[in-house]
Amino acid sequence: MEMLKISDLNVSYGAIHAIHDVAMSVHKGELVSLIGANGAGKTTILHTITGLCKATSGSVVLNEINLLKTDASDIIKLGMAHVPEGRHVFPEMTVEENLEMGAYCVKEKNLIAERIEDVYHRFPRLKERFRQAAGTLSGGEQQMLAVGRALMSAPSILLMDEPSMGLSPILVEQIFDIIKEVHEQGITVLLVEQNARMALSISDRAYVLEVGRISMSGQAKDLLQDDRVRKAYLGQ
Amino acid sequence: MPKARKIDYIINLAGVIVLFFLLMFIFDTELLGRVRSYIQGIVIIAMISIVMVCSLNLITGFMGEFSLGHAGFMSIGAYSSAVVTMALENAGIILPDLLLFLIAIVIGGIITALMGVLVGIPALRLRGDYLAIVTIAFAEIIRVAFTNFQITGGGKTLSGIPKLSDYHYVYVITAISVCVMYMYVRSRFGRCVRAIREDYIAASASGINVTYYKVMTFTVSAFFAGVSGAMYAHYITSLIPTKFSFNYSAEFLTMVILGGTGSLTGSVVGAAVLSALPEALRSFQAYRMLIYSVVLVLVMIFKPSGLFGSYEFSLPGVLRTLTGRKKGGAKDE
Repeated sequence: MEMLKISDLNVSYGAIHAIHDVAMSVHKGELVSLIGANGAGKTTILHTITGLCKATSGSVVLNEINLLKTDASDIIKLGMAHVPEGRHVFPEMTVEENLEMGAYCVKEKNLIAERIEDVYHRFPRLKERFRQAAGTLSGGEQQMLAVGRALMSAPSILLMDEPSMGLSPILVEQIFDIIKEVHEQGITVLLVEQNARMALSISDRAYVLEVGRISMSGQAKDLLQDDRVRKAYLGQ
Repeated sequence: MPKARKIDYIINLAGVIVLFFLLMFIFDTELLGRVRSYIQGIVIIAMISIVMVCSLNLITGFMGEFSLGHAGFMSIGAYSSAVVTMALENAGIILPDLLLFLIAIVIGGIITALMGVLVGIPALRLRGDYLAIVTIAFAEIIRVAFTNFQITGGGKTLSGIPKLSDYHYVYVITAISVCVMYMYVRSRFGRCVRAIREDYIAASASGINVTYYKVMTFTVSAFFAGVSGAMYAHYITSLIPTKFSFNYSAEFLTMVILGGTGSLTGSVVGAAVLSALPEALRSFQAYRMLIYSVVLVLVMIFKPSGLFGSYEFSLPGVLRTLTGRKKGGAKDE
């Protein structure tokens, strides 16, 4: 079943046509990644999905609801959570306050407390630092917090924007393990990544974006073997 | 925790009442002799500034945006309330001072808040410098409009406004205003506003409607600027549009920054100190403005976050420290 469907999407920044006729879909329970080089338009696509960018034409549909007509702040209520690029945490709030902000749309206090416990269970490191200002955490911890905050809304689909950005290789592996785990627990994931090898190794399917167009798509394991992908993104 | 918090509130309230009686003791007895009305005037102006500066701090400190036209909001409150009370008097309706004063405050606040919504909705799509420029432009438009409206004196001084702001009333309104703004900042709303200041993309991803909260805060801020303006008009009793120029806005911004952006305590102290300082330095005549500027420069060099940073004063907290019962987690007090 198609959960998220993007068709004929075009996005422009003024005179610059950034995204050309992009079509892609994410099925329920899948882990799909969108890979591409710097400036290919990956984040633009993600921001268009979440309403931070406006599309010129095309459609983005989540469970039959048109996302292009939905406010950025209402998207989370449809079960879609977004982990923004570059670990956007609230630096002067404590870890716990950050998590509480993630449950902004949840009204029941017990449910919030329960989910905070879940996040702490998943990331024990965050529990150790729950009273610390988020800005003082290390890069890896901030990424954990950003993921934890997104999970606070109990999303059915999670959008991840470049989770590996600026992290050391060991931390990148940790973060990808977390993504895999989240996915195994039944959350659909759309992962946007530059690190093609890592992304392809955990994904079911993938799309390759080049200068605003989808140039290739298919099963992740096939793409890993594809000569063109290997040349362009895996350095082989 | 809720019970302890209740006790804290009661202690703070008691502090406010004690201060009120202290003021009454000072001003209603012969303690000060001849300078009484002079000192009283400074105190009233300081209290009016306190409301103004706290309201500006909501925008600058808690929302993290610059408003360089806050005097414009103040003038709307001042003129609108003055026009209404003068009209009531001219119509021969005799109301008790207190009632008339409350009408003035409410009218000033509400009309300014409405203007806040009107300006806020288009302006708050902008951020940072751009927003600052728009607020300057807005204040200038208001000033020019008041210079040309017949009803506001048309460039001449609007005089004959009833003198209603005595220090009892002003004190109570100031205390209530600061208290309400404090509660706003500490509420769920306040936390969302802080989240937006810290990272608007993350805030929006968490489901916070960024524009809504910004316009809301702008409106609350405008409301209290209007209240402050109403008190000002009914203390000074005559208004001239040129008073509410860019310089006046900048003066309030200085007070916010001196006290500490993000601390209402800082705003109270900043407003009180900078309102009183020029008067206190009057005997130095020529060096007055020099000392004033040197104080500002020194504070900015040695304490760039302002006198209080983001610290909030709380009477129970101080009592606890004094009696050596300081508990952890003092941040919430």
